[in-house]
Amino acid sequence: MMQRLECLGAIYNRLEDCLVVTIMGAVACELQSLGHKPNFFYLQHAMGLGSSTGLGLALCLPEQKVVVFDGDGSILMNLGGYTTLARYRPKNLVHIVFDNESLLSVGGFPTATSTGSDLEGVARASGIARTKTVHSMEEFKRVFDDALKTNDLTSIVAKVDAVGPKGYVTELALLENRFQFKRHIERLTAETRRQGESKLS
Amino acid sequence: MPVSLANSGVVYGALKKCGIGLVSALPETWLVHLIRMAEDDPKMILVRLAKEEEGVGISAGAHFAGVKSAMLMQNHGFLASVNGIVSLAQLYRIPLLMLISYRGHFGERDPWQTQGGGVTEPLLRALGIPYSFLDDPAKVEKRIAEAQTWAYASLHPAALLLTRELMWEEPA
Repeated sequence: MMQRLECLGAIYNRLEDCLVVTIMGAVACELQSLGHKPNFFYLQHAMGLGSSTGLGLALCLPEQKVVVFDGDGSILMNLGGYTTLARYRPKNLVHIVFDNESLLSVGGFPTATSTGSDLEGVARASGIARTKTVHSMEEFKRVFDDALKTNDLTSIVAKVDAVGPKGYVTELALLENRFQFKRHIERLTAETRRQGESKLS
Repeated sequence: MPVSLANSGVVYGALKKCGIGLVSALPETWLVHLIRMAEDDPKMILVRLAKEEEGVGISAGAHFAGVKSAMLMQNHGFLASVNGIVSLAQLYRIPLLMLISYRGHFGERDPWQTQGGGVTEPLLRALGIPYSFLDDPAKVEKRIAEAQTWAYASLHPAALLLTRELMWEEPA
């Protein structure tokens, strides 16, 4: 089985040019442990809305790649969100669910994916054509790289061990992260605008 | 259909004047014309939702992207969005502009709307979300603009209640 931290570590360098949204808990904590960047936003509550926040970003910023790190507990609270992703099919969105079949941060209570609910199946039946469940690091890296290169919505279900950090509170204040993330996007869009103008002139 | 097309147009025009570039919506009777107007507007990003709470995430993403947005929903959609409003919009100071159709208030004939009608204002007050009423077409533009100005000044959700007076035309 894979570990979430290994997966994040394996693709960390590829996130440099993406806008990244994570859900709360272990994912946010582990990504920060690898090194926080101004293009990372950690949604430290509002379970289920990580994918919706990513969709809003992707629709408004079609020239940017958006990567969402979701979890089984979170996406199970917003399965309808898969249908909204499929409906608008943003080409610039990569959605990754780390499925550890558990609500780990509250003590490891098993979720419905532990009793057979299949998130890839839900994603596919919702209309997301590019979706895949991965079980190994090689496969994870390959599918993620393909997703970044492909100009189409992709939803990846990465089956990982139910292990995580000891605690979940990090040094980074929620609002500091929020304002930094927005400023980062303002700089990016100003840059894109300048490039567009220089092409025109 | 006795939903006011003219007043829906006034509301849509006011949203455009405020620079709204994205609207998330879940259809309900009073909102049908507004949603069609958003759909027919090539400059508007319309996101049709499965559940209203998704709209909070979408508006947060739009805000980070520098796009002004509004949520169109029934008051039951507002009830269904409370966790997202609290733990995303309020926690992360998102200037969320919510247009909520105020069903279940006096004049309502649908029994199933009445319970939600009774809790809409108390819930807005409990959440500390300021609100005003859209009840007069002459004041719609000003009230929407003022709510948006406040939302951006305070970085906090603000609500506008679409009333029966504005949205519904009783057939003669």
